[in-house]
Amino acid sequence: MAKTIRRLNEIPREEYFVSGHGLCAGCGIPPMVRIALKAVEGPKVVVNATGCLEVATTLYPHTAWTIPWIHNAFENAAATASGIEAAVKALVRKRGWKSYKVLVFGGDGGTFDIGLQSLSGALERGHRFIYVCYDNEAYMNTGIQRSGATPLGAATTTSPAGKVIPGKPENKKSLMDIVIAHRIPYAATINPAYPIDMWNKFAKASDYLDRGIGPIFFHYYSPCPVGWRMDSALSIEVARLAVQTRLWPLYEVDHGKLTINVKVPKPKPIEDYIRIQGRFRHLLKPENEHLLNNLKKFIEVNWERLQKLSELNYIF
Amino acid sequence: MPRWPSTWRELPPGGVIDKPGTSMWVETGTWRSHRPVIHLDKCIKCLMCWVSCPDNSIVRLDNDYVDVEYRYCKGCGICANVCPTKAIDMVEEGGM
Repeated sequence: MAKTIRRLNEIPREEYFVSGHGLCAGCGIPPMVRIALKAVEGPKVVVNATGCLEVATTLYPHTAWTIPWIHNAFENAAATASGIEAAVKALVRKRGWKSYKVLVFGGDGGTFDIGLQSLSGALERGHRFIYVCYDNEAYMNTGIQRSGATPLGAATTTSPAGKVIPGKPENKKSLMDIVIAHRIPYAATINPAYPIDMWNKFAKASDYLDRGIGPIFFHYYSPCPVGWRMDSALSIEVARLAVQTRLWPLYEVDHGKLTINVKVPKPKPIEDYIRIQGRFRHLLKPENEHLLNNLKKFIEVNWERLQKLSELNYIF
Repeated sequence: MPRWPSTWRELPPGGVIDKPGTSMWVETGTWRSHRPVIHLDKCIKCLMCWVSCPDNSIVRLDNDYVDVEYRYCKGCGICANVCPTKAIDMVEEGGM
């Protein structure tokens, strides 16, 4: 039984994801990977879709992983994980192997856009694995191109803010809703500024896998100082602001019951969040006020929707 | 120190990496332009820096105080930013 924690000093010291990787200074991905590998107990295999994490942690002949790890293409991370999970299940039954847990890490490009069909298929088949989407809101690895996860108004290299368009004109895809629509047992959003909440969600997921419950999905808010054009020191601060402005609600859907984990009674103004990021700076100009109002409206409607859903006994 | 394969014949089949955690040989501390300096008198052992560090460069000591592993620290400044008591200063490299 994986334990839940109340203080950070209850997290064990042992690391399964070591130093020396090539991720940028101030990257938001490693804090989540470290917590995930520690909180999910027992032997495990990591399946990694192409993306920042895969490219930067395994610069041949180096690897930052101390556990079995497999790389595969953008589009089939969940399919590979399904295969591993099925193989382990067969080997446990036929040859008496010890069971392995399967963890998948995919970026937003590999989850929202390219890998969505394999993820959807794996969720539908009910394979028992944990899928973590680290969402840095663009294709950061290949040079900050827009993805389905890029929010409205964000400037990227393929949706630059200028005279023609004020950043990305389309809305962000709501991946959590797509995943919840598969009626999987457990799905949650996590954030690096709330490590205790993150640990407890991973511990719960680990527990569910032990009891044969799956699949499990996590949507992780991964700050990217390079792509978001901000100071690398602000990574965790911007993640905290995302929660406190209600832009990134921390909630979980556990067997159909939606719970908001971090209540935000007094939200901070969204301008605080926008001001420190270069990709949003043009939204503060007077001619882009309608975009800012759209964003405010979106946050308000989304929060109200989640509040209503959390009052229900079950949503599916 | 490890020895790199000198020809392709020495590589494992499939190009797999057969040793775990070999990135520890890469000292990413050379990327740094500012170094974190911890003032332990202000440290309250909250461990926020330890959890948030992307490079595992904050070392958690046995008594839960923290230290910096300068061989890997990329100098991003997250630790100084998340510290609730401002016990970590970012000092420019070479200016000490």
